[in-house]
Amino acid sequence: MMISAFKNFNLGRSVPKSVAIHGVLMAYTVIALFPILVVIINAFKERRAIFRDPLAMPTMDSFTLVGFEQVLLRSDFGLYSWNSLVVTLLAVGLVLLLGAMAAWALTEYKFRTNLLITFLFAMGIMIPIRLGTVSILRLMVDLNLVNTLTALVLVYIAQGLPLAVYILSEFIRTIPKELKEAARCDAVSEYKIFFCIILPLLKPAMATVAVFTMIPIWNDLWFPLILAPGEETRTITLGVQQFVGQYVTDWNSVLSALTMAIVPVLVLYTIFSRQLIRGLTSGAVK
Amino acid sequence: MTLPKSKSTPESAVEKKPIPWHIVFFLGPALLIYLTFSVYPLLDTLILSLYDEQKGQSSFVGLQNFITLISDDNWSSAFWNALANNFQFFIIHMLVQNPIGLLLAVLLSSPKLRFSGSYRTFIFMPTMLSVVIIGFVWQLLLSPIWGISENFLYHLGLDHYFDAWLGKESSALITLSFISVWQFVGIPMMLIYATLLNIPDDIVDASVVDGANPMQTFWYIKLPLILPTIAMVSILTFVANFNAFELIYAVKGALAGPNFSTDLMGTFFYRTFFGFQLQEGSATMGAAVATLMFLIILVGIMLFLFFVQRRIQRFQF
Repeated sequence: MMISAFKNFNLGRSVPKSVAIHGVLMAYTVIALFPILVVIINAFKERRAIFRDPLAMPTMDSFTLVGFEQVLLRSDFGLYSWNSLVVTLLAVGLVLLLGAMAAWALTEYKFRTNLLITFLFAMGIMIPIRLGTVSILRLMVDLNLVNTLTALVLVYIAQGLPLAVYILSEFIRTIPKELKEAARCDAVSEYKIFFCIILPLLKPAMATVAVFTMIPIWNDLWFPLILAPGEETRTITLGVQQFVGQYVTDWNSVLSALTMAIVPVLVLYTIFSRQLIRGLTSGAVK
Repeated sequence: MTLPKSKSTPESAVEKKPIPWHIVFFLGPALLIYLTFSVYPLLDTLILSLYDEQKGQSSFVGLQNFITLISDDNWSSAFWNALANNFQFFIIHMLVQNPIGLLLAVLLSSPKLRFSGSYRTFIFMPTMLSVVIIGFVWQLLLSPIWGISENFLYHLGLDHYFDAWLGKESSALITLSFISVWQFVGIPMMLIYATLLNIPDDIVDASVVDGANPMQTFWYIKLPLILPTIAMVSILTFVANFNAFELIYAVKGALAGPNFSTDLMGTFFYRTFFGFQLQEGSATMGAAVATLMFLIILVGIMLFLFFVQRRIQRFQF
């Protein structure tokens, strides 16, 4: 009672304060969104309108899709998106599956090299895989994988595994022992215990891992640029980079290309933002 | 009673342990891929940095590559320039990105705040997009040809301060740093916000009952509790900044112009490895740059683990 009285007292006093808080947050929201919105709005306008009044919404007069037509005509945007999608989904799927299996092995079974392997994976959370690029490229040349999506998938699995193993291990530790022991008493095999009992329980943690793994892969420029720069294997980030670099003076095309790269991500983000933020705030990553 | 025991002990000691196939099955695939495409390349890079390759002939040269990097006339100025720029890049992030992130997190976590979910979602939005896209977006916005920024400053009466910031040697790196800060402010905000949410109400209530004003509550109760998160945010920033490449490459190209004023370790590494203009790319020199980046990041992490982490009091809830 005392405390709630104090709280009310504080709240009553702080109406101007709450206005100030909203003011600051709203101002920063505008700062965060404004640049993105300006680009999207102007992608739908004629060249003259883009320069005359950049902040105006497209009107009946100034509306045009010529930029998008140019982008689709001059580059294979569909293919780039498809490549990105294939690489991201395969890599994330395998990171989840292999990461969960490894996390299970490292938390459940005692064996001599357990600590060493756990430490190796933990190092990978902090040490960027990019530093090994010189040797990764040589390896891919030797394996004949340059300019294939397989090369990207393999590197991204290696990149995503450390964090996945860490988060999933933390989660597996919270699963009650009784579950596994009961199954073992019934002579259920270790494989069945993992795939039928443990794996379904990991779903919430896997969603978090999926988001954290997916974003850097989808947005990466470094490895596509170095391992798979060919036209056939270009990902969307590399495709946009090359396109904008080439047609830098064609404002309609540049704005449209950026918009086509931004909008799908924003739509997905809006759908999954709750999941993402829950993952971030659940303390899974600390 | 004693029979099975005495029988089993020597037997298990003599008999070789069977290979635990289930562990191999669970751990094998992940370990194989991780070792092949992450651990091995990194170790191989470290070793490669001690070699020199001329026309396919590889020879051991010890630390010669590093000596060349830090003291040779052709290399050292570029290397020290990239390193100094990278520190400037990092310091701007520490001084601007993380304090703003902290401020936003504190505001977001104020009790009974309306629309906090929407603010969170919107402010985090730029962080989701590719650095390449963000680089291009800002290149357009700051372009003197388009004039959006100039117009904006004109309305504030500050238009005479406008300049082609990205094109000037004196301001390009700072401008790029601010673009990066703008994009990634969401990360410190989210992580600190999550920690603030986890502070139990009774601790805060107790301080209010004891007569602390909101500022005191923040300084003496909340801040000590979020220090570990701030330390972690700092090390994440450090690693990300010393690994940065995309923003510079997208906006300024591999040459990190004007006159290398925006060169970071990442772009320097790329040029060293792949070559540029008249200089041929060198795998061994590239490996040497990567090794130095590895050492810098390692030292950063060590400092974090040994000094910062140790000094931070751990509070158990």
